[in-house]
Amino acid sequence: MTPDPRLEEEISRTWRDPPGLWGFIATVDHKRIAARYIVTALLLMFLAGMLAIDMRWQLTVPENTRMTPQLYNESFSLHGSTMLYLVSVPVMEAMAFWLVPLMLGARNMAFPRLGAFSYWLYLGGVLTLWIAHAMDITPDLGWFEYPPLAGPAYSPGHRADIWAQMITFTEVAALCASVNVAATILKMRPPGMTLARMPVFLWAMLIASIMTILSMPAIMLVTSMLIADRMVSTHFFSPGAGGDVILFQHLFWFFGHPEVYIIFIPATGFVSSIVETFSRRRLFGHSVLVLSIISIGALAFGLWVHHMFAVGLPRLGNDFYTAASMAIALPAGLQIFCWIATMWSGRPRFDTPMLWVIAFVLTFVIGGLSGIMTASAALDLQLTDTYFIVAHFHYVLVGGALFPLFGAFCYWYPKATGRMMSERWGKIALVGIVGGFNLGFFPMHLLGLMGMPRRVYTYPTGMGWDTLNQIATAGSVISVLGGLVFVANALLSYWRGAPSGADPWQGSTLEWASASPAPPWNFDYTPVVHSLTPMWDESRPLPVMDGLANDHREVLITSVTDAAPLYRQKSASPSIWPIVAALAVTIMFIASIFTPWAVPLGSVLIGAALTGWFWPPRPRAKQGPLGTGA
Amino acid sequence: MNGPPDMKIVGTLSNLPTSAIGSRHLVWWGNVGFMLIEGTGFALAAAAYLYLMTQAPAWPPKGDALPGLLWSGIFTALLLISEIPALWVLRCARAEKVGGVRWGTLVLTLFGIALLVPRGFEFAHLGVPWHQDAYGSVIWLLLVLHTTHVVTELGESAVQTVWLFTHQIGDDQFSDVEDNSNYWTFVVLAWLPIYALIYWAPRAV
Repeated sequence: MTPDPRLEEEISRTWRDPPGLWGFIATVDHKRIAARYIVTALLLMFLAGMLAIDMRWQLTVPENTRMTPQLYNESFSLHGSTMLYLVSVPVMEAMAFWLVPLMLGARNMAFPRLGAFSYWLYLGGVLTLWIAHAMDITPDLGWFEYPPLAGPAYSPGHRADIWAQMITFTEVAALCASVNVAATILKMRPPGMTLARMPVFLWAMLIASIMTILSMPAIMLVTSMLIADRMVSTHFFSPGAGGDVILFQHLFWFFGHPEVYIIFIPATGFVSSIVETFSRRRLFGHSVLVLSIISIGALAFGLWVHHMFAVGLPRLGNDFYTAASMAIALPAGLQIFCWIATMWSGRPRFDTPMLWVIAFVLTFVIGGLSGIMTASAALDLQLTDTYFIVAHFHYVLVGGALFPLFGAFCYWYPKATGRMMSERWGKIALVGIVGGFNLGFFPMHLLGLMGMPRRVYTYPTGMGWDTLNQIATAGSVISVLGGLVFVANALLSYWRGAPSGADPWQGSTLEWASASPAPPWNFDYTPVVHSLTPMWDESRPLPVMDGLANDHREVLITSVTDAAPLYRQKSASPSIWPIVAALAVTIMFIASIFTPWAVPLGSVLIGAALTGWFWPPRPRAKQGPLGTGA
Repeated sequence: MNGPPDMKIVGTLSNLPTSAIGSRHLVWWGNVGFMLIEGTGFALAAAAYLYLMTQAPAWPPKGDALPGLLWSGIFTALLLISEIPALWVLRCARAEKVGGVRWGTLVLTLFGIALLVPRGFEFAHLGVPWHQDAYGSVIWLLLVLHTTHVVTELGESAVQTVWLFTHQIGDDQFSDVEDNSNYWTFVVLAWLPIYALIYWAPRAV
């Protein structure tokens, strides 16, 4: 079937953004929003990496004076808060924003303006933390800011408030993003893509979104309670007035543990996509993978106390959470076996994305094993607050989430840009990052076992920790250099990479059926799906349906379980209201650091912005008491 | 060639309707998503209440007065009665009755305004300021959390009323009215466990 130029022209007029700055601000194109999210997160990852190098410099020799204790506290707090709240979670949502509509053969997300709003709020959180840092109001109590240390008595000033409001920004953004992703996956699948025919990637994003919806209210609640304690003298966490500091830890980790899986589960989606395409066979054990993701999602809510083994909870509680923590190794292990079985029984091609997956498997398994060790309450009491923990969580978070992310970046880069990244430089970057990472973090296991505490700015001579620290620093530097090669490769390939074509890897899922780069409307027609791997079906050419409007923005809504077409839904056009609403929310959040009156006054402002947002543009009433009577 | 692969048209979506009601509609799911978020927030705040309660030697702590039952009782009764127009509006929206959704949403707005009166007195009769102790803090937290929802519903209903009376109503607006009604029901249902916690848990222990 040859494309009809008149149709292309009409559809392009309907979906393209206005030119210039206005289009930049008003766009609701999920790909532009996601790209913004990704670029912002990568910039922040670079900044957090620089902080890490600075801390490694401080620890390279004993009794180093590069950093004061205060600067060290600020550095690890900023590093951890940036990586957890501003990089890892947002970048995974961004990948969902970018890929979910493409993989569904859809023209946009379910709620396009909510997507734009989510980004602007996330940016508000980024600026809150980093502008405050530039003004020397850097949070300095780690990434979780426990009271009583974070309470009004021990932390005067606004460092802790900045941290708490940064959380509010990013969590509201994440919650909006999650509702959007979940609604898109549940209601906008193409005809034929029943739940049973849904790729693992989409399952992963759906489960991660539902987990976000159920866990992030916990941290919004607990940081709001902390701010209230600090500003209006409530007593949630003051033991003298019947409050309890452990309550903070329970609520924090009720969010904090699922958070780790909210980062990891999308990564399992990347890995599944890459393994399938590069093994050139359908995933081994699709149902096992999906059920594993669901059970990890469920178990993740029953583990939070293993972060609190050292606070002195009842023994039975510790035993229960030890068992639950070990149980999660089962579904995680099943996933690994499914991926290995896919590779083993397929015809694997070892391009860069696949090499990242192999690096992930090797590194993540090490992190998983140290996780089983720390899951034991008895052992954890010895290891907690040592470098063993630092090694463990970097192995699971960097190895388990960032390596798959880098693989995903290489895998979908041609779809985003229409160009291939250099394979040679990609492999050099991979060796640098993976090699440097292992060199940098493996010695930390040993340092932890030798008793080196974390979050302490220096150590005395004669502890025997010097050489291992120096190896760790060297590894970190190599890893960052590898990261710079990776970024340079991405930038140069954007202009000089070989043209990729629509489907350079012979991928299995629908995103490869759109042009590269995908146009603002993604697809001219709605694909019809008959299997888990629609791009590999025998029935060529690709079956599609027409009938979505081309003269205005419209998307297809289908039923939740069997994706039967239900109706055609109008889809939002570019709009300035998301950024206006985000600015109103920003004014309220920032002002409420200084006065509680910001909450009622700011709510009026937000209400006005939302009224503008949701005011439907339709003709005036003719009938009724306020009708024009014409 | 960066273009898409060859395609074959096997059917058309042009005969599909352009709207739907209930759970078939996309926005219904967005609404459920936000209810789930806020319901989780309520549940966790309730868990914080129960946690503090189990840690305390006495609940309420010695010297704190029990929260008053009169105004909270009036609020609860009024809120339950408001569910009748909420459900009626829902039926009108599904039947696409213009007059019904206009006047019904106006009635909901008036209920929203009326509810703020006993709610204001409820705060005055909680018996303890928020800065007295953790017990005071957590009952204020629960009541403030619910009040933000009542105010949000009032705002949404008021704006919707103005719009509905002044504009020609289409399928999407009937669907908006339906979502508003569902949200109202959520605010009513969320109140019942919170009411039990604030007013009856201290009397039961």
